Amino acid sequence: MNRPRLVEVRENILKQNDLLARSLRTRFHEAGVLVVSFVSSPGSGKTTLLEKLLARASEKFRIAALVGDLATENDAARLMRAAPQVKQITTGTVCHLDAHMVELALANWELNKLDLLFIENVGNLVCPSSYDLGEDLRFVLLSATEGEDKPLKYPTIFNTSDVAIITKMDLAAAAEFDVELAHRNIQSVRPGMRVFELSAKTGKGIDELSSFIQSQRLVSQSATAV
Amino acid sequence: MHELSIAMSILDRVLEESRARGDARVEAVYLRIGPLSGVDVEALRFAFEVACEESQLSGCRLEITEVPISLECPSCRSEKQAVSIQQLCCSDCGTPSPEIVHGRELELRAVELVE
Repeated sequence: MNRPRLVEVRENILKQNDLLARSLRTRFHEAGVLVVSFVSSPGSGKTTLLEKLLARASEKFRIAALVGDLATENDAARLMRAAPQVKQITTGTVCHLDAHMVELALANWELNKLDLLFIENVGNLVCPSSYDLGEDLRFVLLSATEGEDKPLKYPTIFNTSDVAIITKMDLAAAAEFDVELAHRNIQSVRPGMRVFELSAKTGKGIDELSSFIQSQRLVSQSATAV
Repeated sequence: MHELSIAMSILDRVLEESRARGDARVEAVYLRIGPLSGVDVEALRFAFEVACEESQLSGCRLEITEVPISLECPSCRSEKQAVSIQQLCCSDCGTPSPEIVHGRELELRAVELVE
């Protein structure tokens, strides 16, 4: 009998996804569209925040959104009131979006007619962290009602995100949310992370986030120009 | 529970290696996984077993090397272990660092085959 032989592979297990994400990123850059994805646990306020951001940004930009959920098209229906181009991705039993789902959803879209694309991931703080979607920036949301220790419990999703947003700040006092501690926990799992605090309900903090996204659009445009 | 889809990707890739060598029998699969990959090692072991059932990988060994998180420490100016996944700072001097060197691995390292 032949002896076992070790064959080296040394390959990323999600290589297919990563290659696809890279080609999406190139397509986005060539079309001049800034892509921002949103991740959080269910009920942290992703859709409400997106409604506000879409309404704000659609005055100045050509903007579209993709929304991921296991089932229902409720979120897309909500967002469509704020922006014309919205598509729901229903994943069935899959707990995250991947680059292939994004590519399929964009199949008939003319990306060069867009300035901004928002992607709302499935509400889940675990699985989306492994999948690159080709986005420029990943925002992770943490609501004041969830507790300050979410970053410590789900460090990987904070680590793979670029910006943290503390939502539902209007409820912070009622929930006895220790905002300083939340900031310390975020910095502990992702040193130097940019953090915004806001309330989509009262509108407080939305302007700052909108301006930040706008500034990132200019950064990505000048990077593409070079 | 995205570990099942990850296990399926591993299975596909390993079968490819086996087919390329005349349907060689798969004895073992070697992975390197870091805590910042977003994959739970125990969940992956379970998912891998399920994914391999009724395939030619059924009964093969799964050898997982867990890669600790290391950072580029700006104070020590060298690669250092992180205190923990909750505390990304140098385990020697305590300086926080976002520059992760290791810990994100989700790698199919090697396959042990009998041709």
